[in-house]
Amino acid sequence: MSIPGSWYLILSALLFGIGALGLLIRRNVLIMFMCLELMLNAANLSFVTFSRMLGDIAGQSAVFFVLVVAAAEVVVGLGIVVAIFRRRSTAVADDISGMRD
Amino acid sequence: MTDLFMVTVARTIPDTTVFVAGALMILAGGIGVIACKNPVHSALSMVLTLFGVAVEFIEQQAEFLAAVQIIVYAGAIVVLFLFVIMFLGVDQNDDVHDEPLVAQRPLAVLLVIISVISIIALGIEAGWAVGPHHVTGKTFGPYQNVGEVGRSVFTTYLFAFEATAALLIIAVVGAVVLARRSGAATSDAVLPSLAPTGAPQDEEVTS
Repeated sequence: MSIPGSWYLILSALLFGIGALGLLIRRNVLIMFMCLELMLNAANLSFVTFSRMLGDIAGQSAVFFVLVVAAAEVVVGLGIVVAIFRRRSTAVADDISGMRD
Repeated sequence: MTDLFMVTVARTIPDTTVFVAGALMILAGGIGVIACKNPVHSALSMVLTLFGVAVEFIEQQAEFLAAVQIIVYAGAIVVLFLFVIMFLGVDQNDDVHDEPLVAQRPLAVLLVIISVISIIALGIEAGWAVGPHHVTGKTFGPYQNVGEVGRSVFTTYLFAFEATAALLIIAVVGAVVLARRSGAATSDAVLPSLAPTGAPQDEEVTS
């Protein structure tokens, strides 16, 4: 409780950076999805931190909705990955270039 | 440095310990996600990160969200990830070394470093955006944390809450449509079959 909010915000920025880095350098679609989750979690951490610093519960409500959207996103995203894998037998983003070629 | 970190309450040793432990879990797990070659190891590293985030939630007295974080993320999402990884059998073949784009990786690192520095600089510039304004209710009101979140969700954000119900239904239907192995038809029929079912449901959310 007594930790300054700026520490959490810096931690959140670092976590967001890790997620963005993974999204940019990894090729496996599943790991790219995991990096998206990391970035969403960084946003959640910021929301909760602002909620505490501003004394406003709205940030925690926002995290609640982000959780719901993240769950829906993972379900649909993994469904798409499974559908792609069924057709192309690959989960590597570089191999899924059918619309470019 | 003290004005940078806005020390208002004296930090106690237990709080600092919990924060540092959670931060180490978050960063170690995050690096593990992007550094592990095996997707299963990445998923397990992600559990570590998500648990660290839950620890930081508890440290900030968001107990309800910490519990939901564990249940939804570690309990459902990671299990879904692991299930799909094992279902597809992609748990070893990731070519981390082949790089089709020239200098894409160094550029990515540079871009991310610039972004993180910019975010932190923005935070410093804005004085970390602290200030008292209670819009929807105090965090530490007359009720417990669960009660406060519940009041907020079911009063101020009731419409958004109802919309999430529609969103979840659509996601479930979409996942079933996507993952369905159409019996007689070929797998080509999977994607076109998405269009007629997806379009009308989309309008439910926007209207």
